[in-house]
Amino acid sequence: MITGHGLRDAVLRRERSAEQIAREALARIEVAEPSLRAFITLTPDVAIARARAVDAAVARGENPGLLAGVPVAVKDLFCTKGVRTTCGSKILEQFSPPYSAAVVEKLEAQGAVIVGKTNMDEFAMGSSCENSAFFPTRNPWDARRVPGGSSGGSASIVGARGVPLAIGTDTGGSIREPASFCNVVGVKPTYGRVSRYGMIAFASSLDQAGPLAADVRDAADALEAIAGYDPMDSTSVNVPVPHYADQLRTDLAGVRVGIVSEFERSLESDAPMSALYRAAYAQLESLGARLLDVSLPHAKFGLATYYLIAPAECSSNLARYDGVRYGLRVADGGDVFTMFERTRAAGFGPEVKRRIILGTYALSSGYYDAYYVRAQKIRTLMKRDFDIAFAACDIIACPAVSCPPFELGAKSDPVAMYLMDYFTIPMSLAGLPALSVPAGYVNDLPVGLQIVAPAFEEGRMLGAAFAYEQATRHAWAKTPPVAAAYAQRESGRNA
Amino acid sequence: MAEVPIDIGHVSKLARLALTPDETASFAQQFAKLFDFIKELQALDVSEVHPTAQVIPLHNVLRDDAVRPCLSRAEALANAPDAEGPYFKTPRILE
Repeated sequence: MITGHGLRDAVLRRERSAEQIAREALARIEVAEPSLRAFITLTPDVAIARARAVDAAVARGENPGLLAGVPVAVKDLFCTKGVRTTCGSKILEQFSPPYSAAVVEKLEAQGAVIVGKTNMDEFAMGSSCENSAFFPTRNPWDARRVPGGSSGGSASIVGARGVPLAIGTDTGGSIREPASFCNVVGVKPTYGRVSRYGMIAFASSLDQAGPLAADVRDAADALEAIAGYDPMDSTSVNVPVPHYADQLRTDLAGVRVGIVSEFERSLESDAPMSALYRAAYAQLESLGARLLDVSLPHAKFGLATYYLIAPAECSSNLARYDGVRYGLRVADGGDVFTMFERTRAAGFGPEVKRRIILGTYALSSGYYDAYYVRAQKIRTLMKRDFDIAFAACDIIACPAVSCPPFELGAKSDPVAMYLMDYFTIPMSLAGLPALSVPAGYVNDLPVGLQIVAPAFEEGRMLGAAFAYEQATRHAWAKTPPVAAAYAQRESGRNA
Repeated sequence: MAEVPIDIGHVSKLARLALTPDETASFAQQFAKLFDFIKELQALDVSEVHPTAQVIPLHNVLRDDAVRPCLSRAEALANAPDAEGPYFKTPRILE
């Protein structure tokens, strides 16, 4: 399996050129794209130019950084100066940002080579990538199935081993669920760890950027690259960013791992899934961890709480799409208010409209206290649940998902789709760091283990994930079908 | 299924979002299912609980009131659907 750290080390040792690495990644993407459709926009020329700049820096004896020469795909939710940024929506189909997101600048400052912008559920609202206004993305392990969402394109192209690293965003599970579905490592950092400057906002108290990576070491390097205080995001927190690679460990001696009783009960009736997770917990124990039961009594209210808070924030954030300053405008006569209504009617897809209506209602006069404020109070209780749990344990291990990737069209009912985030929403509401790491297969389809840590303890979480990954190497056990096509193409060239 | 208290027609006006009759009808059905979950929240006693707006509390985040580089007028207008001179242009606002 190609890893970002492997490529970087080869570049720094001058064994490989960043340009050659970029050309190979672009060639793999060309093979994979017809079946996956992971990208909304590819930027091969920009990538080659960046790669050459990295090679020139290495030739001058400089170190271009943690991600030197690593090909990276970026979710189309991050502004990229001069490169179309759609957020998966018709309303931004022609939007060309005048500046780049902090995450994009930080990636480039560490020598990353951005190859394109990945597909996503419109405005990050969805769990399957089927809500993209343009086309659905497919799962690299089975093209009849979804890659998860909303960061579906990012997960798909890393799972397909087209690039070793991609960036996504997670509001209620949008990195962790697709990471589980595509057999990659996906990290949602602590709220405030990574700057949101230049991220197109969905739910501002929940949105957080993070990596989807080939392995835990790549996730650690990528998080280090993008994390850190940014005065342009007033919610970014000014705490030092550790060198996460130093915190990777190969045993779990002395680590207390909390197992969430409520989650285990809810999966009990699904024998293959609960067996997979029990085996994962046993593996942690055999690495030296001590397992103990913890309780999150308010986790069951997570879905309802989330589907008041996130739509409320969405309705406020998406008020800016009014056809005046950027984006689509539909003005076929009438006054400015008619233009607002028609522009938004034409520019937003069904899921976005649903959430705008729900959120506007939850914030409207007479209902604000009953819904929005009440949901915020339950958010307090949920955070308290985690505080109590983490008084007894160092990390929590739990399911990332309730099922392996499902087929396109299988969740046509919105509430069935919302339930996909059952295991990921509580951590989002509590602002905690959480990741999904490959944990094996059910019916030959990948499933991820979720590991959660207290706020700003990403290093502890990555360290545990690394020990588990190195002991199990689940992602190495199988090769996605599309990767066989890369080899065929290579041998065809050489023949 | 829960009774849905939302007057979708009224809320769509508040949201400046025109909906078709089909959208209104399907949203009503879908919200009914969601309110099965939401009504469970009403049963919790939260009278003594403070609301959490933001989990990592930061207060009074200020910066120096100093001029910094910003977008040029041309950059700010570059994505505008319609502009005239230094202005964004919209349809009629006042009668």
